[in-house]
Amino acid sequence: MLLANHPLPGKTIPGDTASRLSIRAAEDTARFSLRIDPAAVQAAGTAFGTPLPTRIGGMTATGGRSALQLGPDEWMLTAPVAESDGIADAFAALQEPHSLVDVGHREVGILVEGEAAALALRSAIAFDVEAMAVGSGCRTLFDKAQIVLVREDENRFRIVVWRSFADHVWGLLQAVSREIALGI
Amino acid sequence: MLLIRCPYCEAERPEVEFTYAGEAHIARPADPSALSDDEWRDFLFIRTNPRGRHFERWRHMHGCGRFFNAVRDTVTDKFAMTYKAGEPRPSDEEIALAGSATSVGEARP
Repeated sequence: MLLANHPLPGKTIPGDTASRLSIRAAEDTARFSLRIDPAAVQAAGTAFGTPLPTRIGGMTATGGRSALQLGPDEWMLTAPVAESDGIADAFAALQEPHSLVDVGHREVGILVEGEAAALALRSAIAFDVEAMAVGSGCRTLFDKAQIVLVREDENRFRIVVWRSFADHVWGLLQAVSREIALGI
Repeated sequence: MLLIRCPYCEAERPEVEFTYAGEAHIARPADPSALSDDEWRDFLFIRTNPRGRHFERWRHMHGCGRFFNAVRDTVTDKFAMTYKAGEPRPSDEEIALAGSATSVGEARP
């Protein structure tokens, strides 16, 4: 990751108490955008080392690698940074027609944790965040910025956003966490 | 906020994620050079613009990114049903059935 242009390294928004709401920049990960015929999803899963989900919004994860299906033929793959080259090589050997693009530098992650996490996100996301299943994710809008939202746990969400939008998202989260801290 | 059902995501999503993409079921002429100027004009610009039921294209821009078709009432703004791109225009019975089975697209305060 090119840290010179990273808007949020090491930043946190503590909220009132950590258990209620804590927002921080997520550690760097490798991210890939994979486009492939859904019929070849099994071969792609073998190359990635983790079977890919077959339902939009579905997510699979093993050993630090995870795959999230965003569209009928589109997946977002994440892995530890050190495994990035290995994944690119594995897909280069895949015989099925596909496109694998490294988007790790394009996006940054924000972790929103705590009991009030859904409440904080609800301020800028138009759909029912509370109804989202744990272990699922989707692309959506946060205010006007396109994000990928993943519900990792009952009270833990991950926002993946383009770095140029990250300041905007961060500013909104800062404002809303102040309101939550004050009990407004 | 309108909720629109994306037939690919199989979920109701907020209207802000979608973009409108004009009338549906307008097939591009197989041999464009054989068309007269009037026919070409009709293909490009002339739309039904109905008062009531309208078949239209939408795109789940900030979601799965797919184009799909919807049946919407232009007076009440109610979505009767949505279906995948490439599927034939649904019949009246199918639309009535879809409309009674769910309250998709119900306007919410």
